[in-house]
Amino acid sequence: MAERTPTTRPSDAAIGTGAGRVLLLVYGIFALSAGARAGVQIATRFDEAPLAYLLSAGAALVYLAATVGLAVGGARGRLIALAGCTVELLGVLVVGTLSVADAVAFPDDTVWSRYGSGYGYVPLILPFIGLWWLWRHRAR
Amino acid sequence: MNGPLSVATIVVSLVLAVWYLVRCALDRAPIRADLLATAVLGGLVAVLAVVAVIGLFDGSRPAETATFAGYLITTVGFPPTAIVLARMEPTRWGNLILGIACLVLPVLVLRLQQIASVTGG
Repeated sequence: MAERTPTTRPSDAAIGTGAGRVLLLVYGIFALSAGARAGVQIATRFDEAPLAYLLSAGAALVYLAATVGLAVGGARGRLIALAGCTVELLGVLVVGTLSVADAVAFPDDTVWSRYGSGYGYVPLILPFIGLWWLWRHRAR
Repeated sequence: MNGPLSVATIVVSLVLAVWYLVRCALDRAPIRADLLATAVLGGLVAVLAVVAVIGLFDGSRPAETATFAGYLITTVGFPPTAIVLARMEPTRWGNLILGIACLVLPVLVLRLQQIASVTGG
């Protein structure tokens, strides 16, 4: 093989530090809760609010991607995490605003509805922490 | 869902959460007593789950039984998972892991109560 994968973990991998592991734990909880909720909603009553439920599923995937990206670090991990956190931030702001402005279009809650109030506004704070993590561990 | 038992679980969990956050702020790694406290909380949650399962046979099933079961399993599994993760992280962050678990647990118990209160025929 001409190129071997590096045997050391990138220094910005969140899994490598205690604080990073806590961040991953919270991201993981959100990936799990959003995913499980979307799974149940889609499996049992997809017809009622397909948009909201697909949005939940999409949010779960984004959380999952951000979790993995933050965990592995390195150039590719950073890119995945940056995309994930950015989509989260835009998602919570756009969906939050829409759900407040037009409640009829969002009859059922998603993680991002009303800026994540159903989840203690953690969905609103989490992307900022993720982006802060990436900024703090940026390449110098 | 048993009212007083749920309230006790939530209160104990929140008190422990404050304790763990303080411990983390003071830069202390979880000691045996910290882990034991979460284990006691886990025991409380297990009792709560048993009571909830017995309640299922009273005839008033929650409308969303699958969701109820999912939350129940997650809630019971939460403290042990937190203990395992905290043991893997013998630094101040181990206490933060326990603290976050103790902040999430009341939410899970509240959701369980919500789901249990909506009964189907």
